[in-house]
Amino acid sequence: MSCLQTIADYGLRSIGIGERLLPRADLTLCQHFTLIGSGLIWNVYFGALALAFGFFLANAIAVAKASDNPLLRKPAEWFIFVFRGSPLFIQFFLAYETFVLLPRAGIDIPLGFMTITMDTSWLSKAWGGALVVLFLNTAAYSAEIFYGALRSVPKGDIEAADAYGMSGWSRFRRVIWPTMMRLAWPSYTNEAIFLFHATTLVYFSGFPAFQQKGDALYYATYFSAKTFNPFVAYPIIAAYFILLTLVIIGLFGFVNRRLNRHLPSNVQSRVRYRPQILR
Amino acid sequence: MFAYCADPNAIEGLSWLLCYLTTGKHLLLYGAVGTVVLLLAIAAPSALAFGFLGAVAARSSFLPFRWFGKIYTSMVRGVPDVIFFLFVPIALDQGFEWLRHRFKCPDWGQPVWQGNDFVVCTEAKLPLSSSPQWVHESYGFMLAALAFAVVFGAFAANVIYGAMQAVPRAQIETAEAYGMTPRQSFRRILVPQMWVYALPGLSNLWMILIKATPLLFLLGVRDIVYWARELGGLKTSAYEYPHPDWRLWYFLGLLVFYLIVTKLSEGVLARISARLSQGQATFAGEQQRRAGR
Repeated sequence: MSCLQTIADYGLRSIGIGERLLPRADLTLCQHFTLIGSGLIWNVYFGALALAFGFFLANAIAVAKASDNPLLRKPAEWFIFVFRGSPLFIQFFLAYETFVLLPRAGIDIPLGFMTITMDTSWLSKAWGGALVVLFLNTAAYSAEIFYGALRSVPKGDIEAADAYGMSGWSRFRRVIWPTMMRLAWPSYTNEAIFLFHATTLVYFSGFPAFQQKGDALYYATYFSAKTFNPFVAYPIIAAYFILLTLVIIGLFGFVNRRLNRHLPSNVQSRVRYRPQILR
Repeated sequence: MFAYCADPNAIEGLSWLLCYLTTGKHLLLYGAVGTVVLLLAIAAPSALAFGFLGAVAARSSFLPFRWFGKIYTSMVRGVPDVIFFLFVPIALDQGFEWLRHRFKCPDWGQPVWQGNDFVVCTEAKLPLSSSPQWVHESYGFMLAALAFAVVFGAFAANVIYGAMQAVPRAQIETAEAYGMTPRQSFRRILVPQMWVYALPGLSNLWMILIKATPLLFLLGVRDIVYWARELGGLKTSAYEYPHPDWRLWYFLGLLVFYLIVTKLSEGVLARISARLSQGQATFAGEQQRRAGR
């Protein structure tokens, strides 16, 4: 079987397109690369969507944590504490058990004049439930980063905004928020990298891989269990993740340059690796 | 455990719960907390040692050492730690067995890789198939602890390398002016001063290490996650203490356990940090001086 044929058969196997059965014997390098690469689709799916949704929630929580009103501040502090203080692995297990216990038919929400049935079955599947956990988790970690950045917005910037007669929302949107993003961005880049790394935990933490549709690490362990040789599958997945990390650094570096474009080039903050935020 | 627990069907309410929570299996669950503590006690110092060696290697003037150090420190940046946790124990296990195989059975004719199998001679098996169960279990645990040490050593090497770079250059220059050799200035000046700069990163790493301990479950060790799944699952009336699926509550308990541990360590680390920055020419030290402490 040629390699092109393998790619046609297994390239989209992780999302259920192509051959039904996974290769079992006489595993070739090409099969390793194709299936593990196909699993990477899920890692990118989880990472990108959780990051995109989590960004908005994180901004809201960061602002809530900096608020003077304890009704806003306390819930934000607790949310951040619970998700940052406990292992993601346990969060996955807990969420899975919770979602399984939800009624299969859905929850009825009475609205008086009519009743809406909220479908809950998608939450016990990995693509939904794990995404919710990752979304909340990254929101908590990013909120802490954004909160730190919000606290270090220079006083002069805010005074300048006041001098221009800005207040409230327009001051936040036009002065505080852009500076907060600029200060938070290097740490946020690290958060994004580690979020993508954390997506490898999904299929090891309760959420089942339906019809052997799993992520990159799921297939890597499949191969290593089949051949009993860890020295092929794991280096391949490592190479894929190094590539993915470089792509993330490239994309976030582009945004970073844009956020810093008004500054002279010698004071711009560069994206640097700091292992602040693993799970 | 208690006398009145002899017949679980006859008791109810709180005493039932008390009896339920002190069954033999539950005692194993509490013992598994000891496994987690043991892992932390082994992995933290050895990771620190690995990290220190890695950082020294990355600074070495001897090129192969420097390459080794650089690769070791950067390997955790691009690759998820879970992959290392799965890879390192198998790789080490096979490495040990292969070495013993070469040493103990030099005239073994066949290759060790046979199709889908890794075969070594019986005398080279680790642990020997005749050894008791606890040897197998502690061997598995030692491999897991070694994997933790290797991965967290790489993280620690990053932190320590950065801290060594952060020690002001003038300090080393002064040491040179006093006529100290590079070795002396490293031991007397660089290493003692480095810790203040390394502490924020290392305390962060300690938190990460705590939060990584449930991954022991992935490595096949019977840790708290294993027992929580085992004990929480549905127990039919065939069991002494029948109950519905309680895994949710067990995992909730684990979550609270980890929250308490991280909260406690946060407090301890904050105190250490305050202690170490006393009299240091850093922002925190300056703040303490101004506050008149």
